[in-house]
Amino acid sequence: MTEPIYGMMAEFDNPSALVSAARAAREKGYRQLDAYSPFPIEELSDALHLHKNRLPLLVLIGGIVGGILGYMLQYFVTVMYYPLNIGGRPLHSWPAYIIITFEMTILFASLTAVLGMLGLCGLPMPYHPAFNVPRFALASRNRFFLCIESADPLFDRDKTCEFLETLEPREVSEVAH
Amino acid sequence: MADDRQVIDAPSKKIIAPGYTFGTVTDQIASVVLTRKTPYVVMGTFAVAMGLLLIFLLAVGLLLTKGVGVWGLRGPTMWAWDITNFVWWVGIGHAGTLISAILLLLNQQWRNSINRFAEAMTIFAVACAGMFPILHLGRPWLMYWLFPYPNTMGIEPNFRSPLVWDVFAVSTYATVSVLFWYVGLMPDLATLRDRSEHRALKVTYGFLAMGWRGSAKHWAVYETASLLLAGLATPLVLSVHTVVSLDFTVGIVPGWHSTFFPPYFVAGAIYSGFAMVLALAIPLRSVYGLKGLITERHLDNAAKVMMATGLIVGYSYIMEAFSAWYSGNVYEQAAMWNRMTGPYKYQYWVLVACNVIAPNALWFKKVRSNTVVLFIWSLIVLVGMWLERFVIIVASLAQDNLPSSWRVFESTRWDWATYLGTIGLFLFLFLLFIRLLPMISIFEVRTLLPQAKIKEDSRG
Repeated sequence: MTEPIYGMMAEFDNPSALVSAARAAREKGYRQLDAYSPFPIEELSDALHLHKNRLPLLVLIGGIVGGILGYMLQYFVTVMYYPLNIGGRPLHSWPAYIIITFEMTILFASLTAVLGMLGLCGLPMPYHPAFNVPRFALASRNRFFLCIESADPLFDRDKTCEFLETLEPREVSEVAH
Repeated sequence: MADDRQVIDAPSKKIIAPGYTFGTVTDQIASVVLTRKTPYVVMGTFAVAMGLLLIFLLAVGLLLTKGVGVWGLRGPTMWAWDITNFVWWVGIGHAGTLISAILLLLNQQWRNSINRFAEAMTIFAVACAGMFPILHLGRPWLMYWLFPYPNTMGIEPNFRSPLVWDVFAVSTYATVSVLFWYVGLMPDLATLRDRSEHRALKVTYGFLAMGWRGSAKHWAVYETASLLLAGLATPLVLSVHTVVSLDFTVGIVPGWHSTFFPPYFVAGAIYSGFAMVLALAIPLRSVYGLKGLITERHLDNAAKVMMATGLIVGYSYIMEAFSAWYSGNVYEQAAMWNRMTGPYKYQYWVLVACNVIAPNALWFKKVRSNTVVLFIWSLIVLVGMWLERFVIIVASLAQDNLPSSWRVFESTRWDWATYLGTIGLFLFLFLLFIRLLPMISIFEVRTLLPQAKIKEDSRG
């Protein structure tokens, strides 16, 4: 028994080959797989069924929370904590609150978008096994990778390797843990 | 109707020069940071920027010891160059957000090779803008009083004041711009991490890239995040200059108190911002040999946006004069007449020449395609927009409702030093940026290449 590995990785030199490979792997029944590319590929997300994520909902909640906090802050300060009577005008002067409420909505929503994106991606991540493949450095330049992870129930070192070879990659390599 | 799609797809052909591959695009942009020697022109400009920055530090040092009187501020003109510079710089920043956010939502792919440095321009312009209201406070070290926080004095900011709205608008704008810029940088930082050979560089870029590895799962979330941020930044950028204009319109000073200031200011902001984009892009592309990535088409499009917004600005000047006349209010009429014929008439007519007459030259393709002329034109626009804010602010304040308090504003050498100093600060930050980070978004340019289109084959 050899050491356990993270997965098997195939390298392609164009995005079309990667997309068809990802589709083929899904069809074969693999589910624990990931693709790596130097730019976002719409068709790849389709192939891997990645179109749904919770980020929009998080951002909506973040925005609503920011807006409410912004309004409450102004209400609290101008009505309760530090009321200024200006010619008997109402203390709860809501039209004047709109701008700061709006800015706080945007601020909180944007912060949620960025932190939520990082959270959903699991970043920052100082170590990932994919980087153990020396040629993986090209994933940020001009190469496209498909990795079938050993966590997949169908994963078998030899059979997965054979399968990946049928996809006409440039190279197939093992990804050490 | 079936033809509509083709119309959208057609222009993408000429956005970048033919012959590029994923590899060459990456190498060309990354080499500016990693391997190429800094050109002497850039070194020279950097030296000038450093010199101006030192002048800025001197001017600020003097201001801190002696007070805002070192500027030409005398009653009744208590806002002059400082607020002019603030509005000018914030306005310049707006083009960056327009390019990165609004053009992303509109699916204008030509933005992909200019959005990175335009966003950097936004951040540095906002940093320069922020200097002025803070220094103008008189006691800048107490600037945290602008924010609401529990304090032993038991006082809080007045949320009914546009000046407090401005604090929130500009600080939110700065924060969101930095976030948007950083998120856009992450994949390119990963590229630099993988491309750099020096260990220290690898660690630094790797740290900043946060372990980005181009995973499809990440790209899916990343694309959602970019779109959401663009959607949030779009109303934000419009709100920021609106709030800046409210600083004036909410006041009852003649020449300020009008309802069309917000759209007028936003148009002016984008106008001057695109001028700055051109003023930066034209020298950059020739110094670094990036003419294949920042093509004539980019300059042409930017010039068209500049002209369109310039025409809106010209229209606003006419409406400003018309509504002053039509209001029947003698103070409004006098303020307008004073702008045209009073002590600031030279500034007024120069700004009309720069902002109303000059942009019309851009109707001609010959002007738009001549980069030298376009560069000079963008400087003319920047001067014109500075004068516009100066005339609006100073002419209205110096000759207010009470003739006995009138006084013609005179700038001091420290006004000049602070203003030129922020130009130094801007150039300093910008040149550092192009030296240390990729000035063109590498991953977004890759998506523009014809190879990036997925070819469907039978196996699919």
